[in-house]
Amino acid sequence: MSTAAPAPLVTVRPSRARSATGLLRGTGSAGIASAAVIAVATLLAVIGPLIAPYNPTSPNLGLNFIGPSGGHLLGYDFEGRDVLSRLLAGAQSSMLGPLAVVIGALVLGTLLAVIAAWRRGAVDAVISSSLDVLFAFPGILLAVLAAAVFGAGLTAASIALAVAYMPYVARVLRGAALKERSQPYVAALEVQGASAASICLRHIIPNIAPLIVAQATIMFGYAMVDLAAVSFLGLGVQPPAANWGVMISENQVGITEGYPLPALVAGACIVAVVIAFNVLGERLFEQAQGAR
Amino acid sequence: MTSTEPLLAVNDLTVQLTVEGQRRPVLHQVKLDVRSGEAVGLVGESGSGKSMTARAIDRLLPRGAEVSGQIRFDGQDVRGLAGAALRGYRNKVAMIFQDPRAHVNPVRRIGDFMTEALRTNLGVPASEANKRAAAMLDQVGIADRDRRLRQYPHELSGGMLQRVMIAAALLTEPQLLLADEPTTALDVTTQAEVMAILDDLRREYGLAILFITHDLDLAAAICDRTAVMYAGQIVEIRESALMHSDPLHPYSAALAAARPDIASTAHRLAAIGGRPLSAFEAPDAECAFAPRCPHAAEICWAELPALVELDGGLSRCARAAELRGRLSAGLTFGGETGE
Amino acid sequence: MRLAFLGRRLAMLVASLLVASFVIFGALYLAPGNPIAALSGGRSLPPSSIRVLEARYHLNQPFLTQYWYWLSNALHGNLGISITLRENVSSLIESRIWTTAGLVLYASVIILVLGIGLGVLAGLRPGIVDTSALVTSAISAAIPSFVAAILLITLFAVKLRWFPVLGNGTDFVSNLRHFTLPAVALAISSLAIVARVTRAAIREEADREHVQTATSRGIPRRQLIRRHILRNAAIPITTISGITIASLIAVAAVVETAFGLNGLGAYLVAAAQSKDLAVVQGISLVLVTAFVVINVAIDLAYAALDPRVSQGRRAG
Repeated sequence: MSTAAPAPLVTVRPSRARSATGLLRGTGSAGIASAAVIAVATLLAVIGPLIAPYNPTSPNLGLNFIGPSGGHLLGYDFEGRDVLSRLLAGAQSSMLGPLAVVIGALVLGTLLAVIAAWRRGAVDAVISSSLDVLFAFPGILLAVLAAAVFGAGLTAASIALAVAYMPYVARVLRGAALKERSQPYVAALEVQGASAASICLRHIIPNIAPLIVAQATIMFGYAMVDLAAVSFLGLGVQPPAANWGVMISENQVGITEGYPLPALVAGACIVAVVIAFNVLGERLFEQAQGAR
Repeated sequence: MTSTEPLLAVNDLTVQLTVEGQRRPVLHQVKLDVRSGEAVGLVGESGSGKSMTARAIDRLLPRGAEVSGQIRFDGQDVRGLAGAALRGYRNKVAMIFQDPRAHVNPVRRIGDFMTEALRTNLGVPASEANKRAAAMLDQVGIADRDRRLRQYPHELSGGMLQRVMIAAALLTEPQLLLADEPTTALDVTTQAEVMAILDDLRREYGLAILFITHDLDLAAAICDRTAVMYAGQIVEIRESALMHSDPLHPYSAALAAARPDIASTAHRLAAIGGRPLSAFEAPDAECAFAPRCPHAAEICWAELPALVELDGGLSRCARAAELRGRLSAGLTFGGETGE
Repeated sequence: MRLAFLGRRLAMLVASLLVASFVIFGALYLAPGNPIAALSGGRSLPPSSIRVLEARYHLNQPFLTQYWYWLSNALHGNLGISITLRENVSSLIESRIWTTAGLVLYASVIILVLGIGLGVLAGLRPGIVDTSALVTSAISAAIPSFVAAILLITLFAVKLRWFPVLGNGTDFVSNLRHFTLPAVALAISSLAIVARVTRAAIREEADREHVQTATSRGIPRRQLIRRHILRNAAIPITTISGITIASLIAVAAVVETAFGLNGLGAYLVAAAQSKDLAVVQGISLVLVTAFVVINVAIDLAYAALDPRVSQGRRAG
């Protein structure tokens, strides 16, 4: 009918990529509520230190462990600092660390998974076996080792956790990428002469994107727990910097003295955000599975 | 030889299921008889309710199913059975299923699977049970039976697994076998073998069979009578031999005509226009097939036709009597309704 | 066929351990500065001590030779000497390993009994038991061990005074008391995960077609549950239980620190803080080995429970 160049064999790629709002709407009320909590936490991570009413790091000895009073909604911590301000300021490192972990693990994991799924055969076998061997290191252990070698700090811990999480991500994504790889449209694209890189980047990865997003969300929760644990152990964020994990360990002494509030509130923040990520991540995961 | 009452008598069986919060009818006033030693085919498309009927008979409906009507087996009311009486019933009525791989526990050995009912319900000691299982494997044509008994399901092919399922079903010496599309998941050659086994076993053990399938001719191969279901209702019950030459319902005629005959040339595959209705879409006050029926008349839209006896069979066509002789195969149905 | 599977799994175990030990050893060289600086943890040492370190770690030899010496020493139980305490790392580990082992064991029992128990109950009985179990487990799954630790200390040790706050006990009974709160803190989030997976597995198995087959043959409900639902669900349940128990090994460090228990984990953290590299390497090796061994045990259990795995798929 038309005199244009012959139409490509495959005109529409079966796309399972949905808009962000579409994904979110599909997670139900629990998912949306969780997303709201996450949004608040993210906001605080950005502006927290700016809106803190009092100085979150300089100590005021003599005011330690006074309960809620005056303009201090949550009282003072073990060094006489305003708990609320320290919580707000602590949101930054508490959220940034996990973000770095997730990005690192995702980039590496996706890369390896797609390469393994695309090449299959020997390359896949090598990558899969290597990943299997990497499963030997629990995240926290690697973080502690990194701290011993490179010194305590958020950077070393984040990198260690990213390396430890990467095999899990790669394993899940490899399975999905393999399924995608064997879809007929991929063969059609290959026949049309599309390069491996373009097929992977423009078709395979976008189609497994819902799964990637779900994985990332769930992983954020785990990373948050692990990093907070490392900071709690004194091997992550160093005091007097504000961080929820650090706040728990430094205020633990208050519990036996009858002032549990500072430590408990920091713990509550962690739990609230982790629950939000878990719930949202699970809903997204269900959606990603349901769509295939 | 035959008593007056059939071995299995289903009357006015209506089943409603709750699906996602909504109550949906899946069977409507199903009537079915199977006499002792008789093979009856139950034919219909997906969604017609044939599997559901078998499940209702074997008391395998999901929780929350609402059942009304009568099911009588060997003179007993089946729906009221419980406890030991129900288990006894289950030994006398055996069921085999469509996908053998999904229906056999993959972590238990074949021997365990086959003898479980014997050992549990009938208290047969293990050694004796294994002997009987081995003998039954012979009957269904499986060689090297002692090795097979020790193997796991994933080590057997689909066809072999189906034979194992048949053998297992027969170990409790049932009087009635409900076969829910046992050959649909198998390739054609294996299909023929399994059908032959079923036929042989029927003759040997005097077994009554309710053979469920979507293939009219397959049913005719071993069944004396055939029942046809559409949209959760029985629309015809007829002697298999007469189903092609003298059907009593337009839908059965259409099914019979739709199968391409290898001996003749068709310029166009016969198909019934429209799409099949599921049980829950079936209307209450008119014939369910009317929208697709080339013989539909005013009376068909007026009320739901009842099942009437005609020439030894049953038909739910309101115009069955007047259409007799005009429904036989040879008619082709085009894409539109209307004559 | 079974032997081949076993052989392969063991080969992977050895490979994992080799790689892990290589990473642990190699950390020495990843550290900024030269190995001596890393080993001394940044402290300044007299020349005689430096020579001792050089000899003990064979620092003049090529990298792989050093690794070989270190590894063979480790396999013989010689893990070096702590720079801070000047004692054998192995004996330091020995004195603390039972604390950690006891803690992990106690927590494992809680996880298995309560986690699987609750999961089975929720899976077999839909209704109120089920929904409340789901909600509780969703929340507790998100509570990290150290948060659980401070919650438990606040409530049970300080307010209610049912349990001591810190430290190890002296004999078995007092150990039980001292270890209860830590074990619960360690177990809480894992317990929730195990309960949820158990419930899901039971639900899934109960809906499977082979259960219908058994029902249609008149198998009584009790037996159905035991031989078909539970037995089949045992596969994913064992896997998740194994995985969560394996993860306890690392998290135990956090709980030990929070409760002041002198276990391997707490010691590892302290050594990391004081940059006592020999100790960190030694304990890491022990913990990683335990982790890998448990993972292999999980795989073997899975293969034992699911005949499709070890025998491979063959049509007869």
